[in-house]
Amino acid sequence: MSAISRERGLAALREMLRIRCFEDRCVQLYGELKIRGFLHLCNGEEAVAVGTLGALEMSDAVVSTYREHGHALARGLAMGPVMAELYGKHSGTSGGRGGSMHIFDAARRFYGGNAIVGGGLPLAVGLALAQKLQRQPAITACLFGDGAVAEGEFHESLNLAALWRLPVLFLCENNRYAMGSAIDLVESQTDIAAKASAYRLLSRPVDGMDVFAVADAAREAAAHVRAGNGPAFLELRTYRFRGHSMFDAQLYRDKAEIEAWQKKGPIITLTTQLKGLGLMSEDDYQRLEHDARAEVQAAVEFAERAEWEPLEQLERFVYAERTQ
Amino acid sequence: MNDASAALHTSYREAAREGLRAALAADPRVFLMGEDVGRYGGCYAVTKGLLQEFGPERVRDTPLSESAFVGAGIGAAIGGLRPIVEIMTVNFSLLALDQILNNAATLCHMSGGQVSVPVVIRMATGAGRQLAAQHSHSLEGWYAHIPGLRVIAPATLDDARFMLAAALACPDPVLLFEHIVLYNMEGELTAGLQAVDIDHAAVRRAGRDLTLVTYGGSLPKCLAAANMLGRDGIEAEVLDLRTLRPLDDAAIMDSVRRTHRVVVVDEGWRSGSLAAEVTTRIVEQAFYELDAPVARVCSAEVPIPYPKHLEDAALPSPERIVKIARELLARGGNG
Repeated sequence: MSAISRERGLAALREMLRIRCFEDRCVQLYGELKIRGFLHLCNGEEAVAVGTLGALEMSDAVVSTYREHGHALARGLAMGPVMAELYGKHSGTSGGRGGSMHIFDAARRFYGGNAIVGGGLPLAVGLALAQKLQRQPAITACLFGDGAVAEGEFHESLNLAALWRLPVLFLCENNRYAMGSAIDLVESQTDIAAKASAYRLLSRPVDGMDVFAVADAAREAAAHVRAGNGPAFLELRTYRFRGHSMFDAQLYRDKAEIEAWQKKGPIITLTTQLKGLGLMSEDDYQRLEHDARAEVQAAVEFAERAEWEPLEQLERFVYAERTQ
Repeated sequence: MNDASAALHTSYREAAREGLRAALAADPRVFLMGEDVGRYGGCYAVTKGLLQEFGPERVRDTPLSESAFVGAGIGAAIGGLRPIVEIMTVNFSLLALDQILNNAATLCHMSGGQVSVPVVIRMATGAGRQLAAQHSHSLEGWYAHIPGLRVIAPATLDDARFMLAAALACPDPVLLFEHIVLYNMEGELTAGLQAVDIDHAAVRRAGRDLTLVTYGGSLPKCLAAANMLGRDGIEAEVLDLRTLRPLDDAAIMDSVRRTHRVVVVDEGWRSGSLAAEVTTRIVEQAFYELDAPVARVCSAEVPIPYPKHLEDAALPSPERIVKIARELLARGGNG
């Protein structure tokens, strides 16, 4: 692992705090009925978002899931339009048509926001095929959860990507629960990295609570893929602190288990580490948190001010409006 | 046969292959992938020889994983290529339904118009070759239900040859259905024809007494039925829908205004069928033009059986179309 500098440490913490503050504010906004529908939050999984997305180039493509606020923010999507999307406003990242589960930004090559578990993997394989056939140096990063591992599309996609040596970086965000189903209740082999390695691609498990472990592993794996060695697979072992969605009463797990994982959370771990190394003061931390809250507040104000799409536009975008 | 007509003589299979060859030659972004499209030459031999001509990068044999390679086609389209994905038969497309509906048809809208999906998905459809209940169905009507998709069904040699190019030029996902009994159909391409559209229905036979509205593998049956009726002085117009989504309402209603009687012929099952949609549109838009209720000839509501006599009985036939047409002409109105 690379040595931790104050600059690198504070940058990682800043990004994770932005995501944490955003998600916490979403809980409040959901209670106020500003955000509706399904809302899936990534508290506890911030190191995965920051570590993996930070290892990519802007020319790379990204395919994500319905738990993607953190991925979108780490990819560089502005927080105001992301929040406006959650409100369903016209100036949201998808014009308000997708909502929390379908954040898109073609300019940043962020291709959703895919809410069919496993459905994004074939898409990522195709984006990578296009990159390879067009001789582009770019790769495609595909984020999905442990639930996707039981889907046929997971196996079909790993096979095809490995067979054709496509530049896909598979990033399995293993938070140990597929909605309410614990991984050992739904997987015959719970070592997902081992399972993936059967497809003859570079595969390894990573401590998904350690942002630098994630970043280093993602950078190495991305370089491997970019060098033309075919796909790579990272199993990022993490934990979801909140329920699956806002409707989740969490009957399937003990509070003690959640509390134990919270003690290993990526933000508290890094904060303790940086303070212990004398790289960050309490004032530094307070400033980062203050800045994150201010950014979230500005995003909320942006979303509040934003317009609703006119009803006359209901049937737009069913078919492409530009010629290619 | 003189030299000029010999040059134009072809089969539906060869015309479809020529369309693929022309598309691969015209645009380096175009590639073809699917199960056994390369070394085997395609399960209906449509793609035979293309691997040798264009190489394994552009004619790609895939594993048997419909969801992955259809999804990969969608991803590659988003990534700047113009993929042609072949699925062996419409029944197998159900394994890729997630990708077709939840991604291809949806991404443009769900992203607020940021992402479009210019993929063409070809597949065989229909019955008539004793392939039983997992290789014989006509599910194109299902796909025509879905906003975001365009659905086309070439039924003539010209359309088999040229509809693909129009589909590739379209920025939206296009599903192209080839009926399996058409592959061996032979005839001549229209001299000088360079292109066709994928927007309009076509009158394949003009008539004044009734309209047979149809598409795909049922077109030759309707033309045969029209000839049988013609021997008795009944002039049936035959309208080939060509594009099943979006439907060419104007062409349908124009024909209704000419003939005032309609039989819709569709190899799909009657309940919730494309024939039901066409019928409803006629009732909504041209009710007072009708001299008799719209009639339908569809497949029997059974999974397609294997034995020939049962399969034949399950499908629309020229004889049944003629029978229904005569019954219709016997009813009320000016007839």
